[in-house]
Amino acid sequence: MARISFTENLQRHLDVAPLEVPGDTVGAVLAAVFAGNPRLRSYLLDDQGRVRRHVAIFVDAEQIADRRHLSDPVSAASDIFVVQALTGG
Amino acid sequence: MANRLYVATRKGLLTFARNAGGWRLAGTDFIGQPVSMVLADRRDGGLYAALHLGHFGPKLWRSTDAGQSWQELVAPAFAASEGEGEQGPSVEMLWSLEAAGADQPGMLWAGTIPGALFRSPDRGASWTLVDSLWQRPERAQWFGGGYDQPGIHSICVDPRDSARLHVAVSCGGVWCSEDGGASWACRTQGMRAAYMPPELQETPEIQDPHRLVACPAAPDTLWVQHHNGIFLSTDGAAHWQEISDVEPSSFGFAVVVHPSEPGTAWFVPAVKDECRVPVEQRLVVTRTRDGGQSFERLSRGLPQAECFDLVYRHGLEIDEHGQCLALGSTTGHLWLSEDQGDSWQALAGHLPPIHALRFA
Repeated sequence: MARISFTENLQRHLDVAPLEVPGDTVGAVLAAVFAGNPRLRSYLLDDQGRVRRHVAIFVDAEQIADRRHLSDPVSAASDIFVVQALTGG
Repeated sequence: MANRLYVATRKGLLTFARNAGGWRLAGTDFIGQPVSMVLADRRDGGLYAALHLGHFGPKLWRSTDAGQSWQELVAPAFAASEGEGEQGPSVEMLWSLEAAGADQPGMLWAGTIPGALFRSPDRGASWTLVDSLWQRPERAQWFGGGYDQPGIHSICVDPRDSARLHVAVSCGGVWCSEDGGASWACRTQGMRAAYMPPELQETPEIQDPHRLVACPAAPDTLWVQHHNGIFLSTDGAAHWQEISDVEPSSFGFAVVVHPSEPGTAWFVPAVKDECRVPVEQRLVVTRTRDGGQSFERLSRGLPQAECFDLVYRHGLEIDEHGQCLALGSTTGHLWLSEDQGDSWQALAGHLPPIHALRFA
């Protein structure tokens, strides 16, 4: 299962410990995360399900390309990092 | 007289309380986080704070114990829409929050950027887009004022009948509903927009009312601080009269009206749209007691030299008794008056930029 971890700056708003979750795309992994933490969804995605403009997601040290449909592939060995983009600061 | 003042700032929600020693900072919530709006609901004591998180979007929190503890609510949001490609709407910021009247307990209204109105029947637990306004074809003519997208910053609920609503949009006019938001009319007759080409200056849906307020005891009297001056309606927004020749300036963002004297209103003038500083760098509040026929300049206790403070549209507030006023600037100064603006005391001078004030 892919491992996903989150910027510490999210911790001030809600509990987001690192997780190991199933899924073969970024969208599938996030859906699994949100199933256990529904509040997190609106922190990372906008009303249309797009990655928020000032949130960045990296899969194996590469920023994802598809911020609209979250279709970037994820393997069972992937490390996913969710961080805040400095543009939003 | 009010004894609590909530201050929504760029870096948290501050609570000032009045005791025997005067007004003092009594609480700090959401420290470091931008608070775009605060609402103290007089009907049930609910306290609401809207956050505008730079990375993580708009959020809404409620306290039922005057800020001792907070619970996050689901913030107003658009439904996911198929077929709009990359252009589907998403709430960027909660810009206005208002309670309905006693005839609709628990009902709240929220205005957002982009310019949408949302309704909650259950004290913010759930929100519904007011589609009748969102679908108006005139909305395509709206444009942003100070922000990239248009937004709803003022919501006036008629205390006689909560189904009567007036909302103001920067930039998109004044919209009125007589049926609880089922249908809408844009009412700006008499307003003018000098920033538009001549043939479009009276177009209703491009007017920029910076702030709209209604007198609680006489809700058909509405005041607007508009981009192009001060406007008054005494017939429920059917007609607007421009109040001109106001010294030192009729440009500004904020206006408040006395709760029971509809002809008494206060403004905070700045030079003009492209020079948003006090005239001659002297901060004054202007007050009319005769429906705009004359104005007084109120300056006692306010800086009269080298002042660059701007008071934004929610940065001037009056209490429900019409006695206390509060004034908060984008450079983090906070003043308070207990004598209807005749004199002001500085409560704090090193605050973050102040977005909104509310007495309770």
